[in-house]
Amino acid sequence: MSASASAAPRAAGRGTRVSPLRRRGDRFGDRFLLGICLAAALVAGGTIFLVGYQIVHGASPAISKFGLGFVTDTEWQPNFGVFGAGVLLFGTAVTSAFALLLGGPIAIAIGLFLTLLAPKGVGAVIGPLVELLAAIPSVILGFWGLLVLAPFLQEHVEPFLHDHLGFIPIFGEPKTTGLSLFTASLILTIMVIPIIASITRDLFRSVPVELQDGASALGATRWEVVRGIILPTTSSGVIAACILGLGRALGEAIAVSQVIGAGFQIKSSLFETGNTLAAQIALQFPGALTELHKASLYYCGVILLVIGLTANLLAQWIGNRFGYAGVVAR
Amino acid sequence: MSAASISQPTGPLAPGGNLRRRQIASRVAELMATAAAVLAIAALVLVIYTVVVRGAGKISFDFIFSTYPTGVGPMLLGTLEIALIGTLMAMPIGVLIALYLTEYSGAKGARTLKLVLDLLNGLPSIILGLFAFIAFVEYRGQSGFAGSMALAIIELPLIARGSQEVLQLVPGSLREASDALGIARWRSVLTVVLPTALGGIITSTVLAVARAAGETAPLILNSSNFDGKTFVLNPFEPMPNIPTWIYKLSEEGNPEGFNEAWGMSLILVFIILVSSLGARALLARSTRKLSSS
Repeated sequence: MSASASAAPRAAGRGTRVSPLRRRGDRFGDRFLLGICLAAALVAGGTIFLVGYQIVHGASPAISKFGLGFVTDTEWQPNFGVFGAGVLLFGTAVTSAFALLLGGPIAIAIGLFLTLLAPKGVGAVIGPLVELLAAIPSVILGFWGLLVLAPFLQEHVEPFLHDHLGFIPIFGEPKTTGLSLFTASLILTIMVIPIIASITRDLFRSVPVELQDGASALGATRWEVVRGIILPTTSSGVIAACILGLGRALGEAIAVSQVIGAGFQIKSSLFETGNTLAAQIALQFPGALTELHKASLYYCGVILLVIGLTANLLAQWIGNRFGYAGVVAR
Repeated sequence: MSAASISQPTGPLAPGGNLRRRQIASRVAELMATAAAVLAIAALVLVIYTVVVRGAGKISFDFIFSTYPTGVGPMLLGTLEIALIGTLMAMPIGVLIALYLTEYSGAKGARTLKLVLDLLNGLPSIILGLFAFIAFVEYRGQSGFAGSMALAIIELPLIARGSQEVLQLVPGSLREASDALGIARWRSVLTVVLPTALGGIITSTVLAVARAAGETAPLILNSSNFDGKTFVLNPFEPMPNIPTWIYKLSEEGNPEGFNEAWGMSLILVFIILVSSLGARALLARSTRKLSSS
């Protein structure tokens, strides 16, 4: 502003013309602001590449030693220099899938509740509260899982499931600690719900009211409006939301490492201990001694990065397709 | 059946048969949706209730401000400082990205940049911890600064997207008025657009900080090497911090340690919930003000 103040009298003297000094300053200012904005954008893009490059670089000793066999190999013995991520990949897949199977429908139901059922005041309170669930730090959720949820599950829920559904192999004999794939899955469920619920709520709100009113006028019940209008028009967006939730569940390290029990075998029962890629990094990286051990943990990071980026890109791709469909529907 | 009801206009209006079945199905679905919402709220209440009940006993002036083992003052200071430094790195870049998105980029550039931000947002925090470890700790040893760097990457997409949403709400008429006065683009961005959106930008930054302050994964890799017996101000040393200490105590399995961990959880949850609830309320207010003007 100071430059313009000094230029003001001259500008006034020549009518509406702007002084050349100020014009040059403005040209520089415009270029400069655009330049630093562009630079900031490049920093964001560069960060992703740098993260990817550094992690792969760190993993390179393990990649060249174990190759792709690392992904399926189930031996993990730091003392003998033998590493394989099979068990971790299994644990990651099981816990995330379970969290999504349980949390997805609950979250979608919450999205529907908030858009259709909740009175305005109630929805304005419950919506933010559900999102607050995502604000609880994962270390506290894991700590709560360790001291409150795990004992409860071990004493009450696991025996109940074993007694009544024990013929299904995933509901095996409960163990003594309550630290299990099952507990980890439930903690992940709690983390996944707010993400999917807030995205689906926004999706459901975007469904044109005329379509819903039309269906109601034809005699559809509320559930039939949901099943016939709301879910079909938003289905790809809902799937994208679920994939984003899955991405979150796959990458959670801390809370999972607190409640999963760090097992190192693949077992059919959910009530056994297990481990995930992210949790293994959190548990072993601070104490990793050999370079190969570290590199193997970086390798776990590479797998995680590849799965995570793929899931995100998939979700964005599906979401974009939905965006166009939504525009056409209007 | 329909013929019967037409011939008997005074017949019962209660639905029967198929309609009744459909209405019951709809009612059951409504109940299940409500139950799902109740379940999520119950989980939130249960976690916070446990933290408050078990942590309240530890809270005292000494616990908050003294050094370990009497209190956790150094950890609290470290957490705040790590978050502050991370925010100082992330906020300028985030706001500039938001400005680029709203003021300069074309549709195609905006789409690419948003994709990049979403990918950054989707990176697991443990990966960012590994990255900060390679980029910094490998050469300089553990430090709070390495943790701040990881937190900055976590905050960056949140601040950028949040600010962008607020900037988009700045009425086009303001920009047009400033263009009509012959004011250069950069002046109108800095003196008209940014000040109008400033409140919203700050609150979305606070939301991002609240999210990052509780992150543990990057910190246990980069700033876990401390005893908490001294206050550390230099960010290039390992800084004590609350999340790492809670994690450590929860792994140790010592009952007195658990009590301390509950106390620290309460402090952390209090800071995070108060700041994020406050920021949300302010954000809703400034959004309303912007959209109505």
